[in-house]
Amino acid sequence: MSSENNRLKFKIENLEVFYDDFRALKGISLDIPENVVTSIIGPSGCGKSTFLRAFNRMNDLIPNVSTRGSVIKGSEDIRKTDIVDLRKSVGMIFQRPNPFPKSIFDNVAYGPRAHGQKSMAALEEIVEQSLTHAALWDEVKDTLNKSALALSGGQQQRLCIARALAVSPDVLLMDEPASALDPIATLRIEDLIQELKKELTIIIVTHNMQQAARASDYTAFFNMDEDRAGYLVEWGQTSKVFTFPEKKLTEDYISGRFG
Amino acid sequence: MTVETESVISLAKNKRNLKRKNANQVLGYIVVWLCGIAALAMVFWIVGYVLSQGFQVINLEFLTTRPAGGVSGEGGMSTTIVTTLYLVILTIVIATPLGVGAAVYLVEYAEEASRGSKFIKLLVAAARTGVEILAGVPSIIFGLFGFALFVLYMKLGFSLLSASLSGAALILPTIIRTSEEALKTVPQSYRQASLSLGATKWHTISNVVLPTALPGIVTGIVLGVGRIIAETAIFWVTLGGSYFLPETIMNSGRTMALHVYSLASETRAFDKAMGTAAILIITIIVLNLAINLLSRRLTARITGKS
Repeated sequence: MSSENNRLKFKIENLEVFYDDFRALKGISLDIPENVVTSIIGPSGCGKSTFLRAFNRMNDLIPNVSTRGSVIKGSEDIRKTDIVDLRKSVGMIFQRPNPFPKSIFDNVAYGPRAHGQKSMAALEEIVEQSLTHAALWDEVKDTLNKSALALSGGQQQRLCIARALAVSPDVLLMDEPASALDPIATLRIEDLIQELKKELTIIIVTHNMQQAARASDYTAFFNMDEDRAGYLVEWGQTSKVFTFPEKKLTEDYISGRFG
Repeated sequence: MTVETESVISLAKNKRNLKRKNANQVLGYIVVWLCGIAALAMVFWIVGYVLSQGFQVINLEFLTTRPAGGVSGEGGMSTTIVTTLYLVILTIVIATPLGVGAAVYLVEYAEEASRGSKFIKLLVAAARTGVEILAGVPSIIFGLFGFALFVLYMKLGFSLLSASLSGAALILPTIIRTSEEALKTVPQSYRQASLSLGATKWHTISNVVLPTALPGIVTGIVLGVGRIIAETAIFWVTLGGSYFLPETIMNSGRTMALHVYSLASETRAFDKAMGTAAILIITIIVLNLAINLLSRRLTARITGKS
């Protein structure tokens, strides 16, 4: 893992997320370096997805969620950023491919249109660029007007990536993006992640230890305590976390002794 | 008794049981089939009778001349066809935005709004219950309400406007409920994807949620159209019954269903009532077929399986 990089994209300080009185995340402090892939691993229910949704404030949509601590992007607390600007710059890919029931073109053009882009020429350029970035252009360039729902699962997920890229984010959040895909489609997504990290900071939640080892530069391992609150066990370069973990718990999890 | 004879006896018992079970099976099968056939036969009988009676008076002249009025029941039904069309269009124009808007509020906003305040929560619960109750209120009650409020109090008189306002009140619960169901079936993941791209809530609703729910919403509207074409009592007391063609929305008029009623109850022209009824039935059948086709087309377009 060569991406040595001192620049930080995010600085998370003492992040806590509550669902009503239930504390889902406690005392998370960690740094996300720029233009690398950071994977979040840990057993089910340890708050990985909740953590991911803190980066684009998707948790705000869930009733009765409250957040404490801070997520600093660049130099600004994301709670002070305009929500539209924040979500434009921090894209999200979901566990199941969720293209809109619209044409392939309209899916990719959705974001730019929502932000006021009306020029057809500009939209066409954005769509081609985004689909090319998402390694889907060659497969769909002749069928842009067909429904996105007619694509295969793997293609749909790459379409969702293209849709996110179309609003030119600098961060991409991925919540187990390959868990609903077959092994071949999974590998294509992983290859794509390697391409995308040249320009983007990627944070990926995964259940798949091999995927974390293969695809990420940094790894953060989460676990939950006896109150079911998620906490950070350790984080660092993936090579280090997977070969010389600092904590016994990390070693047990990585070697499959629990989780 | 040896073990063998015992087993032979139990085998025979089993066979008898099996036979009885089979007999029950066959009997049940016959009863169910008969019920199905009886129901279908009833429909065909009624529709067939009305159509065969009706077609004895239906010709181009019947369709293109207006009723002559009076107890003789002479004349055709041209104005009633056009008036029905006017009433349907006006009612839908009034009821659709209200109904779909209410459904959008109940599904997309009400929960969020009621979290902040107990009062709004109560209000939303009352609105939901209100819709349920309205759906079960007999149409003549809506008619009386429309008569008192629109015809008399607001001095709109017997008019297309009074009738369509009352008709809109009648079909609102249907449109709200079907739209609500349609909106609820739109996957949450569509909303999340849209919001995660930085789209606003309203942009999400108008560009993703509503288009996806469209087939269901259209079904609700079409059910409403059918209701407007078929209802009689409510329009008797709000639309009046003039057999002239309404020239403005402030004029009285007569729908096909009203014409059937008044011909059958107030004139000697029972055959012409049958003729009008036949056209009414054909309209409703065609409407249903069209809706079926439309909703299948829309669904195919949305799911990409065209």
